[in-house]
Amino acid sequence: MGDFIADSFPRILFSSWQHFSLVVQCLIIATILAVLLAVLVYRTDWLRGIADGVTAIGLTIPSFALIGILIVPFGFGVTPAVIVITFFATLPILRNAVVGLASVDASLIESAKGLGMSRLGILTKVELPLAWPVILTGVRISAQMVMGIAAITAYALGPGLGGFIFSGLSRLGGANSLNSVVTGVVAVVILAIILDQLLSGLGRLTISRGIRV
Amino acid sequence: MSNILQTSNESSATGGSYGVRLLLDAVGKTYRGQAAPAVNGLTLEIPAGKMVALVGPSGCGKTTTLKMINRLIEPTSGRIMIGDEDVTDIDGDQLRRRIGYVIQAGGLFPHMTVEANIAMVPKMLGWDKERISQRVEELLELVSLDPALYRGRYPKQLSGGQQQRVGVARALAADPPVLLMDEPFGAVDPITRQRLQDELLHIQEDVQKTIVFVTHDFDEAVKLGDYIAIFSEGAHLVQYDTPERILADPANEFVEDFIGAGAGLKQLTLTRVGEVTLGEVTTGHPGERSADVLARLEGAGHDNVVIVDERERPLQWLSRRQLKRIDVIGTQKNENLPTVGLKATLHDALDSMLESDVGAAIVVGSRQNLIGIVDVSVVTDAISAARNAAAEAPAEDTPLGTNTDTFDIVPATTDDSDAEPIGDGGR
Repeated sequence: MGDFIADSFPRILFSSWQHFSLVVQCLIIATILAVLLAVLVYRTDWLRGIADGVTAIGLTIPSFALIGILIVPFGFGVTPAVIVITFFATLPILRNAVVGLASVDASLIESAKGLGMSRLGILTKVELPLAWPVILTGVRISAQMVMGIAAITAYALGPGLGGFIFSGLSRLGGANSLNSVVTGVVAVVILAIILDQLLSGLGRLTISRGIRV
Repeated sequence: MSNILQTSNESSATGGSYGVRLLLDAVGKTYRGQAAPAVNGLTLEIPAGKMVALVGPSGCGKTTTLKMINRLIEPTSGRIMIGDEDVTDIDGDQLRRRIGYVIQAGGLFPHMTVEANIAMVPKMLGWDKERISQRVEELLELVSLDPALYRGRYPKQLSGGQQQRVGVARALAADPPVLLMDEPFGAVDPITRQRLQDELLHIQEDVQKTIVFVTHDFDEAVKLGDYIAIFSEGAHLVQYDTPERILADPANEFVEDFIGAGAGLKQLTLTRVGEVTLGEVTTGHPGERSADVLARLEGAGHDNVVIVDERERPLQWLSRRQLKRIDVIGTQKNENLPTVGLKATLHDALDSMLESDVGAAIVVGSRQNLIGIVDVSVVTDAISAARNAAAEAPAEDTPLGTNTDTFDIVPATTDDSDAEPIGDGGR
């Protein structure tokens, strides 16, 4: 095991970085997408219902199946990986963003209106900052979830640590096959912990002291 | 006592605009899908610089009426005039930046500091940083919060009463001529409420805004309002007059019921502490020998001495027995002194007296300086004086000629068949 890690250390490091970078970039896209969608739907009951339904059903789709389906139109490589990760990352953030925006105290919104704030001003200066802790919790849930999903996207020859896992599994019993799988899994877990810490730090920087618990 | 009148002619704290006249001209609101209008053809004139209370049973449309003034609720008919300007069709957001708005519990944004909350409207109006910072300081002082201590705090670090004060400061930030308050003191305990009411009256002396507020508490309306508008269901205006005249001469049974029992006792709410002859008081200072003070008490025939600091603010209230137990008077401050402001009503004073050991309350001026004391004999004198005055001249000084005229029209413009069942059904 030690030899395996020492021999392939540069490759592990490179793949870890790629994995991390893929997840973070997809998370950023997902967060933007989810917040935009939430802003569009949270004030309309039936749209909220649809969003809730889509998140619930979306999360039941096996990621492995989805990546397989996407290979047909998009071929192998980064594109299907990004689509799958972003799709799954969006769902928890969307749900939390809708809940967060909808649970902003109505009297605060009225008070903001009474001060003469515009609709956009209320959204950006009152509603989103107040919903942000809940949204960020969604981002953290997503981050944990898609760390694992990103490994699966290696099936479509996407970048990242999934390569170690799949190559190990495909020649199970062969030399270093188990080492390869274990290395991939442990590295994914470590990355997940690092990212969670970073997001928690982001929370401390971006959540107003007035609403921190 | 005379300093009440002196301050009323100058706007020292804000240096800004006084209130302007407000006119709702045959304003109505019909919600989509509802046959009966929530508010129908209401005409209401609010004189410049006056405080007007809108009262009535819940669901009577008083809050709807208030929110139509700043068009949080868009009226479906009628015109709204602020000063000489017709604001019925101007941009709602722009309009609201020119009208202060206070809601129950202050409605402060929890993720912003006190300073950021107050700076909200000035920022939208494009004031520069220097001016905003100065304004925040001014306003915090106006609402009796130390700027150094409070400007950086978050709402959750403030008590309910302090939040409400900041809410008032925020509403006054851009110095609007008109202030709307929706149940402003509904969420605080009775003692804090009384303090906030007193403070609002003090602030109003300074700023002279046109204030419209909604309350379900008739005593609050009597205490704060220059005029009271009583509504029955459908925002049907039943009576609009000064508190004195409403108490002395209720328009009909609905108003009588609404005033409730104890209208005689409510007369106490009409008389301010500053309007009656206060009892005299012996004072002492920290550091004095208590024997000297005792001698002074004997000379004056008083039982208690008020210890005041160098700025005449009461620190302690000591009885002869307490004096005998100490040699030299200390500097410590008793935080639970029963104090009332000059603008407090005799009703408030009576409340404070009942809670004090001495059976009296200390009266303080606008800088918390000692003015005198109010005790039971002061109150009973005031009651009999008020009763005599009411008996002799029930409807004397009415400065409200135009208003009363306007309101006499209201029942005529409103559907009478609409109004009748409400009066009957209410009983």
